[in-house]
Amino acid sequence: MTTSTSPAAAAVDPEAYLQVRDLKVQFPTEDGLVRAVDGVSFSVRRGQTLGIVGESGSGKSVTSMSILGLHNPARTKISGEISIGGQNIVGMKEEKIQKLRGKDVAMIFQDPLSALHPYYKVGAQIAEAYKVHHPSASKKEASTRAVDMLNRVGIPQPQRRANQYPHEFSGGMRQRAMIAMALVNDPALVIADEPTTALDVTVQAQILELLEDLQREFQSAIIMITHDLGVVSQVADDVLVMYAGRPVETGSVEQIMKRPQHPYTWGLLASVPSLHGDANVDLVPIKGNPPSLINLPTGCSFNPRCRYAGQNGNRSFSEVPELRPAGEDGHNVACHMSFETRQRLYAEDIAHAGVAQ
Amino acid sequence: MTDLADSAASPATPTLPAREPLLKVEGLTKHFPVRSGLWGKGSVVRAVENVNFEVRPGETLGLVGESGCGKTTTGRMLVRLLEPTSGKITFNGEDITHTKGSRLRKLRQDIQIIFQDPYASLNPRHTVGRIVAMPLQVNGIEPPGGVKRRVQELLETVGLNPEHYNRYPHEFSGGQRQRIGIARALALQPKLIVADEPVSALDVSIQAQVVNLLRQLQRDLGLSFVFIAHDLAVVRHFCERIAVMYLGRMVEVGTRQQIYENPAHPYTRALLSAVPDVTKLGGAGRIKLEGDVPSPIDPPSGCVFHTRCWKAQEKCAAEAPVLLPNPNGSVAACHFPETGAVI
Ligand SMILES: Nc1ncnc2c1ncn2[C@@H]1O[C@H](COP(=O)(O)OP(=O)(O)OP(=O)(O)O)[C@@H](O)[C@H]1O
Ligand SMILES: Nc1ncnc2c1ncn2[C@@H]1O[C@H](COP(=O)(O)OP(=O)(O)O)[C@@H](O)[C@H]1O
Ligand code: SF4
Ligand code: SF4
Ligand SMILES: [Mg+2]
Ligand SMILES: [Mg+2]
Repeated sequence: MTTSTSPAAAAVDPEAYLQVRDLKVQFPTEDGLVRAVDGVSFSVRRGQTLGIVGESGSGKSVTSMSILGLHNPARTKISGEISIGGQNIVGMKEEKIQKLRGKDVAMIFQDPLSALHPYYKVGAQIAEAYKVHHPSASKKEASTRAVDMLNRVGIPQPQRRANQYPHEFSGGMRQRAMIAMALVNDPALVIADEPTTALDVTVQAQILELLEDLQREFQSAIIMITHDLGVVSQVADDVLVMYAGRPVETGSVEQIMKRPQHPYTWGLLASVPSLHGDANVDLVPIKGNPPSLINLPTGCSFNPRCRYAGQNGNRSFSEVPELRPAGEDGHNVACHMSFETRQRLYAEDIAHAGVAQ
Repeated sequence: MTDLADSAASPATPTLPAREPLLKVEGLTKHFPVRSGLWGKGSVVRAVENVNFEVRPGETLGLVGESGCGKTTTGRMLVRLLEPTSGKITFNGEDITHTKGSRLRKLRQDIQIIFQDPYASLNPRHTVGRIVAMPLQVNGIEPPGGVKRRVQELLETVGLNPEHYNRYPHEFSGGQRQRIGIARALALQPKLIVADEPVSALDVSIQAQVVNLLRQLQRDLGLSFVFIAHDLAVVRHFCERIAVMYLGRMVEVGTRQQIYENPAHPYTRALLSAVPDVTKLGGAGRIKLEGDVPSPIDPPSGCVFHTRCWKAQEKCAAEAPVLLPNPNGSVAACHFPETGAVI
C-alpha cells in the first residue's frame, strides 16, 4: 500500500485494484463547510485487506461512500481521484457508476436491514441483485445462484431460508445474507463499513472468518472500516489511521500495531483495554475531544490533544504536517517531530504503557 | 449456590476480609409474557432464570454475556425498575424484593443506576445543574452549603467544569454527558451503583477517560458496583469478580484471574477467544461457536448451551447443570468443565 498527501510520495501502485489519490470531500452546510475528508490517498490490491481506523466522525464512512459514488453531487464537493480497476469515478456519470456498483464494487454495512428490503424474500433479493448485472440470466438461474450464495456464507438449509423474509432471520444470519447479496456478482472490491459492530463477539468472529474465507476464494480487495483496533489487528494487511478527516499514519498492520509512530495512534493504543497485561494499571486516555470539522485547529488538527505539541516550536500550531516516510518501507506518518524524537518518546513514554507492552 | 460461589471465590482473594454482602441475590427470575403474532397464543420470554450472586461492600462485580442474555433485566430488577417474577434481593440485610413507596425512595438513595445511552438518559430541556440536583430535590435533601454548591462539587468530582452549571446537555459531548449521568448518580452518596454498559456508546479515547473516572471514584468513595458490559476487556479492567451469563442463566462466577486465565465453562472460553485483541495480530487459535444464541422463549433442554457447545454429550441435553466449584477455582454450571489455563 502507498499512502500520502504530498504529491511527491503519492506513488502509483501499478498492481493496485483501487487507487485513491488526494481525495477531498466537503459538505456545505448552514453552519459552514464540513471538511469531512481532507486529502486522503491509499491503494488496495486484490487479495489484500486495508483497515481504516479512526473514532466516530473521522471521515471513514464518507470515504467509503465516495468510492461507491454515493454522495449527492448537488450537496457534496468532491475532488481527487478514485480509480477502480483503472477507471476514475470522480465526476463519472451516474449511469456508468451504477454499472460498477454491486458488480465490481460491493458494500457491506453495519445494519443489514438498510440493505435488505423487509417486504421481499431474502432469496428473491439476492437473485435480483444478480439479475441487475446479468440481464440475460433466467429467473431460475438467478434463484439457483441466490441459494448457492446463501449456502456459501454458511446459512443452514439455504433452500428453505431463501423463501423467508429478513425479519425471520437472526442478526448474524441477516449479516450473512447481506454478505451473500454483496458477493453475488463476484466483486473485485468489497467495502465493509463496521460490518460487525452491531454483532456479538462470537458472531463477529464467525463473520470475520467468513470474509477471510471468501477473500481467499475470490481474491477480492477488502476495505475494512472500523473503530475497533482489535478487529483491525485480526483482519488487516495494511492500516490507515484517520483523524479529523486526514490520514495521520499508514503502514502494515505490524508497523501500526507494534511500532506506531503518531501520537494519536499511541493514544488510541494506550486507551484500549486488553485481555492481557496488568489489569490494575489505569488506561491512558487521550485528553479532550475530537474537533469540529467546520472549525479545525490550525496547524496539526491533533494539537489541542497532543502532549507533544510543544516539541516543535510553533510548527504544530501553524503548519499542517504532511504524511512522510516514517523510517521503515511503507510506513508513513504525519507529524512534525523528527524520527529520532519520535523514537525516543516512544521508548520513554509509550512502549511500557497499555497494550504497547 | 450462592454460598458455593463465595466459598470458591474467597480463597483466591485472601486479601479481602470476610465481609457481609451488601447485596445478595437469590433465585432471581424474570419472565416477560409475550404474544407471538397478533392473535398468537401467549408464551413467556425467560429473560432471567434463577440467578444467584453477592456483592460485598467496595466490591466490583462484572456481569458479562452476549446481547439478550439478561444483563439489563437483572440490573433493572436490582434498582427496582422491574418487578421480579420470583426470587429474593437482599440489600444491607433488608429484603428489598418488593419494596415500594417511601421505603423505595429511601432505597434509591443507596442504589443508583447509570445508563448506557448518555443522550437518552438526560432531559434535554433541563440545565446540567438541574439534572444533577434532581435527586437531592426529589428526596428533599438540603446539603450543608446549599444545593448549588453540592452540585458544583459533584461536577468537579466527575471532571466537569463547575461553571457549566447552567448549560444544557446538547452542549456536551458523549463522554461529558456520561459524566453528567455519573454526577447525578453520585448526588445521594449511594453505596451501590448499577452501571449498565456505561461506556459502550463512547469512542475508545473517551471510553478510557470514563473508565478511569469510575475506577477512581470506586477507590476514593469505596463504592460497590454491578458493572454490566458486553466488552470483556473493559470488564477485566474494572471488576474484581465476574459473572458470565448465557440465555438468562449464570454459567460461571469467579475472580478476574479465574475467569480470564482459567475459565472452566466452555462458553466463557469461547467468549474470551472470540474477542479480537489488539495485542494479537491475525485470528489464529479461535474457538468457533456454530450458530446463534437460541430464543429465550423456547430455550434448549438440559444445559441451555448444549446446542452450541463442542463438548456436549448426551447428559447435557437431558440434565441441567448447577453452579458448582470446579478444579479451576471458579464456580461453573457445566457437567464437563474445562481444566487448565487458556492458551
Ligand atoms: N419488556 C420486555 N418484554 C419482552 N421481552 C423482553 C423485555 N425486556 C427484555 N426482554 C427480553 O429478555 C431478554 C433479556 O434482555 P436484556 O435486555 O436483559 O438483555 P441484555 O443482556 O441486557 O442484552 P444487551 O447486551 O443487548 O443489552 C431478551 O431476550 C429480551 O428480548
Ligand atoms: N451529508 C453530510 N452533510 C454534512 N456533514 C456530513 C454528511 N455526511 C457526513 N458528514 C460529516 O462528516 C464527518 C465524517 O463523517 P463519517 O465519515 O460518517 O465519520 P465516521 O468516521 O464515523 O464514519 C462527520 O462530522 C459527519 O457529521
Ligand atoms: S505535529 Fe505536533 S501536535 Fe501534531 S501529532 Fe505531531 S507533535 Fe503532536
Ligand atoms: S454441560 Fe455440556 S453442553 Fe453444557 S457447557 Fe458443559 S459440556 Fe457444554
Ligand atoms: Mg461511520
Ligand atoms: Mg442490555
